[in-house]
Amino acid sequence: MIKTDVVIVGAGPTGLFCAHQLGIIGLKCEIVDNLDKIGGQCIELYPDKPIYDIPAVPECTGEELTNNLIEQIKPFNFNFHLNDRVQQLKNENEKWIVKTTSGKKFQTPNVVIAGGVGSFEPRKFTTKSAEKFDGTSVLYSIKDKTIFKDKSVAIFGGGDSALDWAIELSDTSKVSLIHRRDEFRGAPASVQKIKELSEKNIINLFTKYSIKDVKGNGSLEEVEIKSEDGKSKILKADYVLGFFGLIMQLGPIAEWGLNLDKKAIPVNTENFETNKKGIFAIGDICTYPGKLKLILSGFHEGALAARGCFKYARPNEKYRFEFTTASNIIKDRLGVK
Amino acid sequence: MAKIKYIEHNGKEHIVDVQNGLTVMEGAVQNDIPGIDADCGGSMSCATCHVYVKEDWYDKLTKKEMGEDDMLDQAYEPNSNSRLSCQIMVSDDLDGLSVYMPEKQV
Repeated sequence: MIKTDVVIVGAGPTGLFCAHQLGIIGLKCEIVDNLDKIGGQCIELYPDKPIYDIPAVPECTGEELTNNLIEQIKPFNFNFHLNDRVQQLKNENEKWIVKTTSGKKFQTPNVVIAGGVGSFEPRKFTTKSAEKFDGTSVLYSIKDKTIFKDKSVAIFGGGDSALDWAIELSDTSKVSLIHRRDEFRGAPASVQKIKELSEKNIINLFTKYSIKDVKGNGSLEEVEIKSEDGKSKILKADYVLGFFGLIMQLGPIAEWGLNLDKKAIPVNTENFETNKKGIFAIGDICTYPGKLKLILSGFHEGALAARGCFKYARPNEKYRFEFTTASNIIKDRLGVK
Repeated sequence: MAKIKYIEHNGKEHIVDVQNGLTVMEGAVQNDIPGIDADCGGSMSCATCHVYVKEDWYDKLTKKEMGEDDMLDQAYEPNSNSRLSCQIMVSDDLDGLSVYMPEKQV
């Protein structure tokens, strides 16, 4: 059990800046994120897209913003728990017991939910029959590529993941690549490579097709694909891989007994606390009259939530407001002279 | 201003006046019409405002910008009538437009 002052759910810009504010006021925190990297939507959805409305930063990309935020909280040495998701919150003796999917446990008086629109999960096939094989022969990510050796693999998708795996697996597997249109959104070099492999009949390429059905007695045997004008084909397949990007799901957050308004958590604007004592929500996931889904609003919300956390983490102390320019205590915390 | 008809997957229709300059997505969100999520808020970074537009109207809309089809690849059951409603800007010319919602967005 890890004891800390605050658990932050979500390592996007809002969660990161909230961690900074906690560090500044002398609190410790642990940050949990479902993705395998820090940055949230900024990194997953638009690492290269320029952002123009960060105060005093005329232009920066999602990746630059993330790197700067990581740099800014370095002095505090907070722990990140990536590839992990907060599953359960339970109240025990005025403290929150936070459990993650991987089995980690935290004890904390405060939880700050900075979860964006929820956690990122792979978009799955909509075909009902695919569920039966989910995790065995219908896969959305690859952990061990050796299982595909000498097998027939049908790969669906048109982005880099689909193209890269089609190219890589074509060495040792019989690969079919199926995409709903004839343009690909992957890197031009990969698209070129796929065309070459298709011309040499190393890869079977089917464009303007999508999945219709998967079939098999016990194990997967074939996949049926259909075109928009109703043509269908049957391909032999031991494995079916889908790479349709990630979607955001509210996930377990919906089960923590918090008030929800559509997919957002109502908060008060004084300290961004939810209807549960010690649970705060900031950034895109919170809502209140006038809410703007801007990164800068998330920063403000994180700063106030951090002060809200202080009350429960240091019940016997009084929070004293200080400026970073003037306070020697803060300079100590930042490790600057 | 344009009268826009939003048709849920179950057939339920919502007809609202949407101001010029707003997007079809914003018209839905501001009028609390279910079926359009718009998780990313209209930055063409998700595919949760996906709608189908029938041919007669599809051809009259401004063409898709670079990137819209890439996002639509990640939508729920996209087809050749698919659009992201955050990329359809409302003007007088769109008066009478109907958009059909997919069974779900994610």
